Amino acid sequence: MKKIYLDYAATTPIDPRVTKAMLPYFSEKFGNTMSLHSFGQEAKQALEESREVVANLMKAKLNEIIFTSSATESNNLALKGIAFANENKGRHIVISSIEHPCIIESAKWLEKQGFEITRLKVDKYGLVEPDDVRKAIRKETILVSIMHANNEIGTIEPIEEIGKICKEKGVYFHTDAAQSFGKILIDVNKMNIDLLTTSSHKMYGPKGAAALFIREGTKIEPLIHGGGHESGLRSSTVNVAAIVGFAEAARICQREMKIESERLTKLRNKLIKGVLQKIKGSHLNGPPASAMPKALRAGPPASAMPKALRAGPPASAMPKALRAGPPASAMPKALRAGPPASAMPKALRAGPPASAMPKALRAGHPKKRLPNNINFSFPGIEGESLVMQLDLLGIAASTGSACSSEKLEPSHVLLAIGLKPEQAHGSLRLSLGRWTKEKDVDYVLEVLPKVVKRLREISPFKR
Amino acid sequence: MPIYSKEIIKHFKNPKNVGKIKKPSGRGEAGNILCGDIMTLYLKIEKNEKGEKIIKDVKFETLGCVVAIANTSLLTTMVKGKKLEDALKIKKEDLIKRLGQPLPPFKIHCSLLAVDALKEAIYDYYLKNKLEIPEDLEKGHQRITKTKEELEKRYKGFQAFEKEILK
Repeated sequence: MKKIYLDYAATTPIDPRVTKAMLPYFSEKFGNTMSLHSFGQEAKQALEESREVVANLMKAKLNEIIFTSSATESNNLALKGIAFANENKGRHIVISSIEHPCIIESAKWLEKQGFEITRLKVDKYGLVEPDDVRKAIRKETILVSIMHANNEIGTIEPIEEIGKICKEKGVYFHTDAAQSFGKILIDVNKMNIDLLTTSSHKMYGPKGAAALFIREGTKIEPLIHGGGHESGLRSSTVNVAAIVGFAEAARICQREMKIESERLTKLRNKLIKGVLQKIKGSHLNGPPASAMPKALRAGPPASAMPKALRAGPPASAMPKALRAGPPASAMPKALRAGPPASAMPKALRAGPPASAMPKALRAGHPKKRLPNNINFSFPGIEGESLVMQLDLLGIAASTGSACSSEKLEPSHVLLAIGLKPEQAHGSLRLSLGRWTKEKDVDYVLEVLPKVVKRLREISPFKR
Repeated sequence: MPIYSKEIIKHFKNPKNVGKIKKPSGRGEAGNILCGDIMTLYLKIEKNEKGEKIIKDVKFETLGCVVAIANTSLLTTMVKGKKLEDALKIKKEDLIKRLGQPLPPFKIHCSLLAVDALKEAIYDYYLKNKLEIPEDLEKGHQRITKTKEELEKRYKGFQAFEKEILK
C-alpha cells in the first residue's frame, strides 16, 4: 500500500545527506571530545564546526550554543536554569497557555518550588498579545518564555515584539523554536532573544540532538553536573555523531529554506482550501492560510547559492515510504533559481491570491502560520477514529482528541483557542514536509472526505 | 505489538449493525465526556414460539474512538438472535475477553460504554412494556443516569453547536 507521511511535526525522517555525514562518527571518528589525542581532537573539531553551523542559522555566536539531547532538555534547562540562577532577583515567570508540555510541566514544577507562574491567554488563532506580556512583567519577573511557533496549530508568535518588550524591561526572553528552526528565519539579535530552543529531529536530523542558544552574559545554572562539557552547562559525553547530523540538517535547511517553504505553503494552501470546500462543517484551527511568513521573504535568493548545494538527495537513498515522487532537485528550474519571492511572477508565489481564497481563509491574521502546518476540526466525529481510518488507508496524521491521549483530556492548545472539548475531539493535524508531493495532497483530498463521511454515518450526529 | 488487536481493527474497519431501527422495542444511550464518546443502541425484541424474548435485531450509532466503535459493533454481534435474559448477563469483561488483547487501562471505560448502552436499551424495553425491572438493571440505570446528568452539565450545547456548524 502507498504510504503518505503527514506527521512531520511529530518527527521527520533523517535526510540521506545527513545520514551520510554522520556515518564516519560512529566508527572511525568515534573519539571523546574531552580526550587530548588525535581521536579526541577530531571529535572536538567536528563538534565545534557543528556549533558554528547551528549558530549561523540563528545569527548567534559560536560560544552561545549549548548542545543537549532534546528540545525537552533545552526547555528544562532554560526555565529551571534561569530560575535557579536569578531567584535573588525575583521568582516570577511568564509563559503562554499553549506552550509545549515540557514548558508547561517545568513551570508547574517550579511553581511547587515557590516560583510564581503567569500563563498568558491567546486569541482564537493562538496568538499571544505582546501588550499582555508587557502588563504581566513585574519587578520580580525574571523570565518570559513564549514559543516561536506552535506545534499543533502552527501559529507563529510575535516574538520580535515580545523580545523588544523584554529587553526594555530587562527580563530574559526564551523562545521554544523546536517547530520553526530551519523552517522560517530566526535572528536572535534582531528578535532580542536571550534563550532559544531547537531540535534536530524536527528538521530531518537524528533524534538525540538539540541545542539551546544562551546569549552571552546570561545568568544560568546547569541542571546536569559532571565533567564540565558544553561550557559547564551540560555535562555528558558529547553525542558527536548526532550533533554532526544536526548540523548537516541545519546546513540543508539554511540552503533550501526559501524554496521549501514556498513549496510547502502552496501545498498547504491547496490542501486547506480543498478540505474546507469538500467537507461540510470542517473548520481550520489556528491562523488562516495565506502567503508565506513575512520573515521568509527577506531571505537570500536561491540563485545566490552554489549550484552544488542546490541539488536534492538521490531518490534511491530516501526512506522507502517517502520515495514516491521526485526529489527536491526535480523541482521546476524556475523555482529553484528564482529571485526573492517579492519579485517573483505572481503565478509562482505561494498559494492563491487572497482575493481568490474562501472567505474563511481571508479573515484574521495573515502570514502567521507555519508553512507546513494544517489543523482541522470535523464536528460529529472523533479524532482517534479518524487518524486510525486514515492510517488504514496509508495516511499518517495526528489528533488533539482526548481519546488519543492517556490523560483523556483534549489538547490544551485547542481548548486555549476557544474550542469546546467536542470540537477538539474531532481535530486532525496534518503536517507536511520535505517529501510531501502534490499527488500526496491530491490523495488526501480524495480520501479524507470519504473517511469523514463514513465516520459521520456511524455517528449519531450525522447530517 | 500493534496498539489494537486484529479483532478491534476488524470491527473498526467494517462495523456491523450500524444504523437505526424505526420504532425500536428499546433504545439506549450512553456517553462519556472524558473520551468524547456518545452512542445510541436500538433493539428489536420479539417472542419466539416458546414465548422467550429474543433480540431479533440490533443497531447502533457511535461517535467515538476506535475502541468505542469496535466494541459497540462487537457487542451487537454478540447479542443479535440471543435471548434477552442472556444479553442481560453480558459484562464488560466478556467484551474485553472477546477482543483478544488486553486494552490499555485508559481505554477500558470505552468497553463499559457499549454495555451501558445495551443495558439502557433493555431498561427502556422493560419500562415500555411495564415489566418488572430486575434489581441489577435498575441499579445500573440509576448509576448511568447520574453520570449522564453530571456530564450533561459539562456537555451542554453540543447538539446546538452541531446543528449550527452543519447547517
